[in-house]
Amino acid sequence: MSHPDVPALVVVVPLLTGLLTALALRGRWAWAAATLSSWLVLALVLDLALAVQHAPGGVVSYALGGWAPPVGIEYRVDRLNAFVLVVVAVMGAVVTPGARLGVEAAVPADRLHLFWGVWQLCQVGLLGITITGDAFNVYVLLEIGSLTTYTLVAMGKHRDRRALTAAFQYLVMGTVGASFLLVGIGYLLQVTGTLNMADMAARLLEPETARASGRTIRAAFSLIAAGVCLKMALFPAHTWLPGAYAHAPAPVSALLASTATKVGVYVAIRFLYGIFGRELSFERLPTGPLLLVCAAVAILAGSLLACRQRDLKRLLAWSSVAQIGYMALGVGLASKAGLAGALLHLLQHALVKGALFLAVGALVWRLGAARTDDLGGLGRRMPWTAGVLTLGMLGLVGVPGTAGFVSKWYLVTAALEQGLWPVAVVVLVGSLLAAAYALKVIEPLWAAPEDLPPPAGAAAWGGRESPFSSLVLPGLVLSALSLGLGLGLGGPAQGLALAAAEDLVPARGGP
Amino acid sequence: MEWLRLVPYWVYVALMMIGLYGAIARGNLVKKVIGLGLFQTGIFIFYISLAVVDGGTAPIAREGWEGPYTSPLPHVLILTAIVVSVSTMAVALALVIEVQRAYGTVEADELAALDAEGTEA
Amino acid sequence: MSPLLLALALPVAVAVAVVLLGERRRDAREAASLLGALALAWVVLGTLLPDVLAGREHVLEGPALIDGLPLRFRADRLALVYAGVAAALWLPSALFAAGYMRGHHEGHQTRFFACFALSIASAMGIAFSDDLLTMFVFYEALTLATWPLVTHRGGPAAARAGRLYLGLLLATSMVLLLLAIAGAWVHSGPAGARSLAFVQGGFLGEAPPAARAALFALFVLGIGKAALMPFHFWLPAAMVAPAPVSALLHAVAVVKAGVFCVLKVAVCVFGLDVVAVGVGNGWLLGLAAATIVVGSLVAMTRDNLKERLAYSTVSQLAYVVLGAALGSPLGALGAALHIVMHAFGKITLFFCAGAIDVATGRTRVSELRGLGRRMPWTLGAFTLGALSIVGLPPLGGAWSKWYLGQATLASDHPWLLGVLLLSSLMNTGYLLSIPALAFFGAPREEPGAGPPVREAPLACVAALVLTGAGSVALFFGIDPLVAALRPAREAP
Repeated sequence: MSHPDVPALVVVVPLLTGLLTALALRGRWAWAAATLSSWLVLALVLDLALAVQHAPGGVVSYALGGWAPPVGIEYRVDRLNAFVLVVVAVMGAVVTPGARLGVEAAVPADRLHLFWGVWQLCQVGLLGITITGDAFNVYVLLEIGSLTTYTLVAMGKHRDRRALTAAFQYLVMGTVGASFLLVGIGYLLQVTGTLNMADMAARLLEPETARASGRTIRAAFSLIAAGVCLKMALFPAHTWLPGAYAHAPAPVSALLASTATKVGVYVAIRFLYGIFGRELSFERLPTGPLLLVCAAVAILAGSLLACRQRDLKRLLAWSSVAQIGYMALGVGLASKAGLAGALLHLLQHALVKGALFLAVGALVWRLGAARTDDLGGLGRRMPWTAGVLTLGMLGLVGVPGTAGFVSKWYLVTAALEQGLWPVAVVVLVGSLLAAAYALKVIEPLWAAPEDLPPPAGAAAWGGRESPFSSLVLPGLVLSALSLGLGLGLGGPAQGLALAAAEDLVPARGGP
Repeated sequence: MEWLRLVPYWVYVALMMIGLYGAIARGNLVKKVIGLGLFQTGIFIFYISLAVVDGGTAPIAREGWEGPYTSPLPHVLILTAIVVSVSTMAVALALVIEVQRAYGTVEADELAALDAEGTEA
Repeated sequence: MSPLLLALALPVAVAVAVVLLGERRRDAREAASLLGALALAWVVLGTLLPDVLAGREHVLEGPALIDGLPLRFRADRLALVYAGVAAALWLPSALFAAGYMRGHHEGHQTRFFACFALSIASAMGIAFSDDLLTMFVFYEALTLATWPLVTHRGGPAAARAGRLYLGLLLATSMVLLLLAIAGAWVHSGPAGARSLAFVQGGFLGEAPPAARAALFALFVLGIGKAALMPFHFWLPAAMVAPAPVSALLHAVAVVKAGVFCVLKVAVCVFGLDVVAVGVGNGWLLGLAAATIVVGSLVAMTRDNLKERLAYSTVSQLAYVVLGAALGSPLGALGAALHIVMHAFGKITLFFCAGAIDVATGRTRVSELRGLGRRMPWTLGAFTLGALSIVGLPPLGGAWSKWYLGQATLASDHPWLLGVLLLSSLMNTGYLLSIPALAFFGAPREEPGAGPPVREAPLACVAALVLTGAGSVALFFGIDPLVAALRPAREAP
């Protein structure tokens, strides 16, 4: 680490620039500040992740304000949240520069500074949840992330008023979820007398704690599990997601789809494995089967519903519901390979969904909407955008050569290792269904334009590609990253995911 | 008088349930917001009840008082949570106002009907 | 550069060159295809083949998609059977395609030739793959690279056929085959010592018999490209593609990829001995026999020439599966030979169908009456191809059927020989009737017909004469082929 305060800076930098943006900057300058801050954050996070690799025990701890843990708030970065931090920071750093045109089209010019301020605060929340080692801090930052998210989603109102109702529904469900989490943390506080997550985990392991407060611990577990499921939009708590993603401005969907639910998954992993511990969560309580069933329904139903959508954003949103199912499935398998699969899927889905929503944003920017009926022959008119869409869809399917194949492989083999072949079949059938909705996009995209009626309003946009550097390039970068991870450059990512999984599920001699 | 010590917890559970019912089952968006408010208030009461220490006094250091203080930590936490809750209310009410402006109604079923029209169009 | 890498990279380079040259320099574009095909044939048949026969192995390790499971390639004898066929037939196909696509005024020719080269690249990848994951990667690549070719004509009919093609092939490979591969990995050994690398004699010896039988079924059904019934529907559907695609891909590269994978899995994942006794191969023999007979039966009822040939392919592919499923070295030898023989025979037939289409626009068998006198070269070659498929000397097909017949007699299921004979009889019926009709039927005189029919473009005729002659040459040149394949089969 180049400076001892780097962990704090990861959160402080976007917080300060966010406030500065909202108060002092206007228009395009606000966007420039957001971009710079996201790049700075990425540099800080990469620095931090490298430090974690070399730190003794793989943990970097930082006492906020100089108050040593467990009394003060601790920022604690181990391999698990280093992995997630990198994902969040990379997505922020790529999506923010690519969001400018889409946001300028969605938000009135005199409000842009407020939008970009909120955008950065949203990142504060997401990064903070991931980096902090304090349970109550998780709640507060989760709410910071959520409140800003509701605002960002509601910004879709200028194009589609349904963004407002979607944001409101999201707010109700998100607040209920966060409150469950708050109560659960309160129970844990009562049982353990601490809020520091590592400390909490240690005290929960003491046999007398378990004996004296078994029921309270189980109640805390249920409340926290319910809250986290709402936040990560796992079936049956997914209902807020399709509307929110479909009606938010496309750049907002790109940011949320690639980071917000991922952080939810991280919180689930942290609480299940890091605080309650694998033994309590999966051996004494039936979390595994429950998660697997929810995940299976999410994968199958989400994919099927995605197949039925005609609006591209809604299609991607339902596909997100399904993809979250994959991550939950990996978490529910409770093995090293399963957890590694979940983390890799988290990474690959962030990249792919980010790229896809950015590409859809480019379509919306040109065409005003993005329906599957409007895609006829776009491969010739907007080759770059169409290329990003195609690669992204192939990534969702998990075609070999994309990062999606890698995570699918880990999930399937993890399921088979435990003899859970129906789970493996669900994963594979899910990717087949993904192929069905991918085909719905890819087929018209590359069909000959003369076979299909021209898209609505084609005359107005003149059939030109979107502006390359501001709309197309970020999507391309993400696609390239996904391809790179799929084509053999993903060794370090897989190693990091496996190492993080091993920290949480220590090998216990034999499978 | 053991049962008296549990009263705050009963109040907490009752408020939380009433609030949850309101937030989910009521059709009027404003009532949903009120429900959320009750829900969170219940949680505040729960946290404050956690802090109770038998015979404890307010956690302000005093000369000559050696006896127990109530735990200050939940108080601090809940101050933060109240701030969060107030912000949530603010965002929620702002959204309700925007919904009223855009749709002319804040009833969930009417909104659903209006949204469904929009989808078909 | 190692010849193995060259064999894999050459077709990709051709695809890139084709795209760069584009429609404006179409002559140069076609020249790139032809030169690439020539170079590939030289690399595979002129460099790799002698080296492997001389006992020099070529191996190559690529990047690791999954940590610890790098892409691995190896040129061995069995690999060269399929790679050699695909490489050798790319040249006449490229020649034929150039003539056909121009004669037929097809659109998007650049995309066509690029995807064509990519398909060959995928075929090379499958042929030389040295582990299951590598095989799977290129198997999927082949599906995706051929999809634009199947839907090449555009329009709703092609789109529908393309969906069936992609749907069936992806459904089998993504669900069944990938499950089988993951299962094979898990059962290949204890955690930390797992592998997917092909081993002569198989690597699933430690797996429990029930798991082995289940995996075997998943593998065989998952390799949808082998067109075993009931997963054969994609093959007739793919006939909406232009003739060169049907010829090289759906008579040779794609379908042979399927049966090659089945053979490879039988030999190098399970081991022939295990296939013979340890996986319950009875149902597969029955399924293959049923596919042979039903395929032929359906072919007899089809009037559309390409569709008839497609069902004939379905039937003939099942011969290879049958040979692999017998689990004997002789069966495997017959299967490997049949890959070669059927490839040369069937590509000739498809070339002829394409040539007739280009020259006359006729696609139905009943329209071919009396055409023999107008297109003697085409229908002469057709006769050779048909005779080879039937399995009559002096054509190559005779040998593969000979060895397969011997293998069935030596197995526990001698009744299979009856199936083979019955099928040959039906082949005679539905294939040889076509040249008979064309040569001996009275030409149909239509009032106001256009100009008299003439032979197809020179490029087309040259290609089909070349492959027809190849079938004859294979009959006389069988000894080195058998000698080369024998030791590979009998190795422990």
